[in-house]
Amino acid sequence: MHRLTAGDRTMTIVIYALLSLLTFTTFYPFWNALVISFNAGQDTAMGGVTFWPRAFTLENYDIIFKDNRLLGAFGISVAKTVVGTVASILATAVFSYGMTLPGLIGRKYYMIFCMLTLYFGGGLIPTYLLIRDLHLMNTFLVYIVPVLINVWNMIIFRTFFKGLPEGLQEAAKIDGAGNWGTLFRIVLPLSGPVIATLSLFTAVTQWNEWFYASIYIENVRLLPIQTILRQILNSNIVTENVSALDAGAQAALGKMQKVTSKSLSMAVMMVATLPIVCVYPFVQRHFVKGVLVGSLKE
Amino acid sequence: MAHLTANTEHDIPAKPSGGPWIRFFRQWDMQLMVWPGLLLIFVFSYIPMYGILTAFKDYNILKGFADSPWVGFKHFEAFFSNPDFGHVMRNTIIIALLKLAIGFPAPILLALMLNEVRHAFFKRFVQSVTYLPYFLSWVIVAGIVISILSVDNGSVNMALRGLGLIDNPINFLSIPSYFWTILITTNVWKEVGFGSIVFLAAIAGIDPNLYEAAEMDGASKFKQIFLITLPSILPVIAIFFILAIGNLLNAGFEDILLLAKNPLLRGVSDVIDTYVYRIGIENMRYSFATAIGLFKAVISVLLLVVANQLARRSGNSLW
Repeated sequence: MHRLTAGDRTMTIVIYALLSLLTFTTFYPFWNALVISFNAGQDTAMGGVTFWPRAFTLENYDIIFKDNRLLGAFGISVAKTVVGTVASILATAVFSYGMTLPGLIGRKYYMIFCMLTLYFGGGLIPTYLLIRDLHLMNTFLVYIVPVLINVWNMIIFRTFFKGLPEGLQEAAKIDGAGNWGTLFRIVLPLSGPVIATLSLFTAVTQWNEWFYASIYIENVRLLPIQTILRQILNSNIVTENVSALDAGAQAALGKMQKVTSKSLSMAVMMVATLPIVCVYPFVQRHFVKGVLVGSLKE
Repeated sequence: MAHLTANTEHDIPAKPSGGPWIRFFRQWDMQLMVWPGLLLIFVFSYIPMYGILTAFKDYNILKGFADSPWVGFKHFEAFFSNPDFGHVMRNTIIIALLKLAIGFPAPILLALMLNEVRHAFFKRFVQSVTYLPYFLSWVIVAGIVISILSVDNGSVNMALRGLGLIDNPINFLSIPSYFWTILITTNVWKEVGFGSIVFLAAIAGIDPNLYEAAEMDGASKFKQIFLITLPSILPVIAIFFILAIGNLLNAGFEDILLLAKNPLLRGVSDVIDTYVYRIGIENMRYSFATAIGLFKAVISVLLLVVANQLARRSGNSLW
């Protein structure tokens, strides 16, 4: 190994210190939110709760799981994530495979047609008016249909499909399989890695999305948890918050009295974060590839 | 055998024959794969582009798009002479420039620092923790920030009081002069780890012989960063910089909407996108809001072209 100069040693120490500080400032806010969610609300309000719960309780979570509106919102989030991801990946995969077929008439123009949408768009208001004119407002479909075809994912799928050995597809065609049969019996079974990567990204996006739900959906029963959470965070006053709960949860709240809006919203936040933390190790394994394909290979 | 020859005989003259339409319908199974997708793209991407013309009409919800009267540049003129125009433009430009000046170099700096770490476990740990916020919804991130900065025993106020720096807790998210700092810090906090991945990958592609040669010539680690690492990843930095310029007017939307919920902050937090949202969706002035959105889109395209022109001179253009 090479010798380090004094200056290099100083630099190394500074770098380790800065990285440790960054890691701490990233980690602590999560940890603190988690701690508050497990601490009695009234105790948290007295201050001093930082690294460890002082008055450990499960009451915050207990209330969430008694609130039908919150449970329903979780159900909507799960449903739109699962249905949205499966539908979008399937539709985009079929579309992308069609766009790789060498004999496809008009392929060059279709491709330009797709690529233009990456640079130009209608913006918030024209899209909003379109969704309203299509009568997609206040329907579950508004979470699924507008995002069925994702052009970025199409580019990644195409790059992957083109890299598959051609011999296999030709063999399938000689054996009498049509284009659709080749796609479902040969190509898709070989596309495990790219399907996994794109599904994870699509699912994370669907789970996190709250804004379009807030403008397209008025029916509270159709709102996902992120949008409900935003409403809870927006109402600072405890009573306002409690009135948002349904009757069953309010009765439970009346018995406990130790819960505050802060402890409650931290608990909702943790439940809304949990699925992300669960898939995070898988996402992390895949995303370096995904980012590179998406941003550099175009 | 006979069957095969018959088939070939039939196929050879059949291939070139038939007009484009006949050939098109003969491959209906292939076209069927792409047409539903093309139709969806047409509906959800191209119809809204056409809908931009709303900016030149007086959109009336009862009449619909087609029957609303044309009004030319009325809404653009209204925006330029609107009392909000000044502060909305100022905030958009300042927040965008702050994000560019701090948010753009931050991931590069993190990648350079991570590259100097020799302990694999420490490196992986730092990466795992710093990448995570990117995958969380802005609602969650804003919730965490609001909790940490809370006047009511938020951790920052507790720490500042513990250190004796302040006597009374500060309500950070209601004081205009703090808002930009909070907004930029939160953005860097959320994005810096994930943003560093591309630059780390670029650094990993540098020829290790370069470092060995530099070491033999007696260059310190610190000097190697500036003489080898940075120049080697400059093309990647240039491409991302051009993209960042094109995105310059996207000063923020979700982050501002969620963090600036206090109306006291409007003077410093209103940017074009949040203003379009408030005017268009909340106040239902659709044409006026579309005009503002179009104004922003046109400037964004101009910025991208200018940035690309500048980059072309250094040989790193996008197109």
